[in-house]
Amino acid sequence: MFNFIVKRIIQSVFVMLAVAFIAFGMFRYVGDPVNNMVGQDTSLADREQLRKDLGLDDPFFVQFARFAGKAAKGEFGLSYRHRLPVRDLIIERLPATLELSFVSAVLALVLGVPMGVYTAIRRKSLLTKGFMTMSLIGVSLPTFLIGILLILFFGVVLRWLPTFGRGEVVQLGWWSTGFLTISGLKALILPSITLALFQMTLIMRLVRAEMLEVLRMDFIKFGRARGLGNASIFYRHAMKNTLIPVITVTGLQLGSIIAFAIITESVFQWPGMGLLFIQAISEADLPIMAAYLVLIALIFVVINLVVDVLYVYVDPRLRGDSGGGHG
Amino acid sequence: MKFYKKAMMAVATTAVLMSAPVQAQEKTFKWAFQGDAQGLDPHGLNETFTLGMLGNVYEGLTRYNGNLELKPGLAESWTNPDPNTWIVNLRKGVKFHNGNAFNADDVIFSWQRALSEGSDQKVRGAMIKNMEKVDDYTIKITTPAPSPVLMQEMVFLYMMDKEWSTANKTTKAANVKDKNGAGYANLNANGTGPFKIVERQPGVRTVFERSKDYWGKIPTNVTRIEFTPIKEAATRVAALISGQVDMVYPVPVQDWKRLESASGVRPLAGPEARTIFLGMDQSRDELLYSNVKGKNPFKDIRVRQAFAHALNLEAIKEKVMRGAATPSGLMVAPQINGQNPKMNTPYAYDPAKSKALLAAAGYPNGFSLTMDCPNNRYVNDEKICQAVTSMLAKVGVKVDLLAQPKSKYFGKVLAQNNYDTSFYLLGWTPGSIDAHNVFQNLLSCQNKEKKMGLFNLGNFCNARVDEITGLIGAETNPEKRQALIDEGFKIVQDQVGYLPIHQQPLSWGVSDKVDVVQRADNVFDYRTIIFK
Repeated sequence: MFNFIVKRIIQSVFVMLAVAFIAFGMFRYVGDPVNNMVGQDTSLADREQLRKDLGLDDPFFVQFARFAGKAAKGEFGLSYRHRLPVRDLIIERLPATLELSFVSAVLALVLGVPMGVYTAIRRKSLLTKGFMTMSLIGVSLPTFLIGILLILFFGVVLRWLPTFGRGEVVQLGWWSTGFLTISGLKALILPSITLALFQMTLIMRLVRAEMLEVLRMDFIKFGRARGLGNASIFYRHAMKNTLIPVITVTGLQLGSIIAFAIITESVFQWPGMGLLFIQAISEADLPIMAAYLVLIALIFVVINLVVDVLYVYVDPRLRGDSGGGHG
Repeated sequence: MKFYKKAMMAVATTAVLMSAPVQAQEKTFKWAFQGDAQGLDPHGLNETFTLGMLGNVYEGLTRYNGNLELKPGLAESWTNPDPNTWIVNLRKGVKFHNGNAFNADDVIFSWQRALSEGSDQKVRGAMIKNMEKVDDYTIKITTPAPSPVLMQEMVFLYMMDKEWSTANKTTKAANVKDKNGAGYANLNANGTGPFKIVERQPGVRTVFERSKDYWGKIPTNVTRIEFTPIKEAATRVAALISGQVDMVYPVPVQDWKRLESASGVRPLAGPEARTIFLGMDQSRDELLYSNVKGKNPFKDIRVRQAFAHALNLEAIKEKVMRGAATPSGLMVAPQINGQNPKMNTPYAYDPAKSKALLAAAGYPNGFSLTMDCPNNRYVNDEKICQAVTSMLAKVGVKVDLLAQPKSKYFGKVLAQNNYDTSFYLLGWTPGSIDAHNVFQNLLSCQNKEKKMGLFNLGNFCNARVDEITGLIGAETNPEKRQALIDEGFKIVQDQVGYLPIHQQPLSWGVSDKVDVVQRADNVFDYRTIIFK
């Protein structure tokens, strides 16, 4: 087990380096940061000096080596635009993104699983058809459009919910939370639905497919033969067996929720890391872009590592010894 | 447990705050812009939005009123006894937000700080050779050359408190190379202006409060201002219509109808002092991006005239700008000092003449070239370029349009990339609100040593215009100066040095509950906000 983890960590380091390298390679295509850092009257000599001072004239590999060396120490320099340490900016924005992602993930699970079970059991009901149609919309409509439509309906027409921002936040040490105020909770509703919709659809369809699969299996038939009631068959036996792949997928999807939050955050002006990243792109603020991409890669790598480790514990077959169960 | 307690207290405090009766005179104004100020350092970035927002907190020696007329600010009066000397009398009894008195030492300190390494106000600082303190409220300024627009330039050179800056180790402008983090002044502010900053989260929220002991009498009845950047235009407009903010800008011109039909809000439009124009590479012997080899068609005045007559500025105004632009024949807007309305007639739209001119120049079947265009810098910039492309196609000139985000566009076409363009769209607002700035940056021949023609990307070059640029920079007699400016613009028009398009509209959206004054340089002055 120990060997396995060490091996995965070494692999992870290479993944991180590769991500950083590719990201860094792309930066030369986002434009010239210097022009965004000075006004129109700034002289050419001052612009050249600034470029030199920032090390933008150095060869690609020199720049990359410098970046990777500092990044390994958690040092990402100053944002070109804000002239503040990138680390502080990201830490300031991290809670907003994590809270939004957390609520979305919970929402996706809490709604997605029962909907999946229901549509598997009552395959012909009207509600099932409704859920299935809705899930089709959820997977096919772009997040941006869903967000704008929700804003228009609940924000502009009905005026029930705020159209942008995070509401009032409460500072708990360095962590800012929107969970403790009414306006903070109200502000969470639309963005978390927008962000959750795709995942919810995915989970619902996955649960439904797994459930249908499990319901065809022998042990269900034996259960029925033993005279077990519907409730026991569906919820005690079938659903339990469905959940293993669901948990795996949800865990892996957590990373993409955080990463996909970019679009939701920019539609709702949600002050998280994704918004910081989008703003950084339009200003060619390279230090923020680099730090964000590395951080997202790190989140993915860590989640995958944890899932891999958990797998070994959860699925007895991976441990190599013969175990029971019908996973 | 500690956390829990803290959280509970926070909940309790919030509840109290939310239930507290709003006092009758408490007036909170909320607004949103597409981006945020770069920082709070008044010398950090010489850019309209940053300086405009900070102009509510900091002040210069002079200021503009709502019509861009020069008014006394922290200077009460000034004289110009000889061309290179200015005597400035400072306002007495002015206090910074921390209570310190404003005096001559602060002016000299602020000027020196504007010249420090991280400053982006070096150009303004360099207009002054020396500053001497005559007494606590009088300073003597010496300029390196006669400078009739000095007091206009002082509008955006903001005054900081010497004692406060020294105490907080921020005597130099915030510098991106500073390993110890940014300067204190980038996150904190202490000005003399009518509003002080009480909360600042870069890119998220900035809260202003009315300063009780402001020296001036100003119309506003607002006590608190909350500013949020909202990047997406659709979200910004929705925030206004839903009543969550009282003002937003910019509003896409396509959304004006929506604001007109929605209740409680209105679009607020006016001509901006920014002129949008096209430029042509007139200096290379062969264009970088064209199928014409061995020669540069733009060196032939007939080709430039043909381009001028091919453009239908009225159509651009009606179709692209929804009627909200002012077609222009000059490189400066009506609000700019030195603009002569008699000369503002655009080139006539005449495609037949355009074709004839092209044929006479040796291009009966036209030619093709690439046009550089930004797509997120000016109002509908890419759409203007598309319209130009189709208008030129009608006279046989095939344009390949390369529209890119501003970071990429400016990285390609500006001086540091050796003006890598053949045909481009650019916009310009002279920072000093004076025509001289346009002569210096756009109309003079490129000259890196003299720092002239830095943004003359196509290098339109005329010896007399260069001479005129020098003369109007030093001429203090208004009539003589105007005659020189007119002569210069006449040459540029006759030579078709540039193709002016229009002044783009300012496009704000405002709640019916408030009145604001829209300044033509797109600066939002909090002094003018009035809740009805």
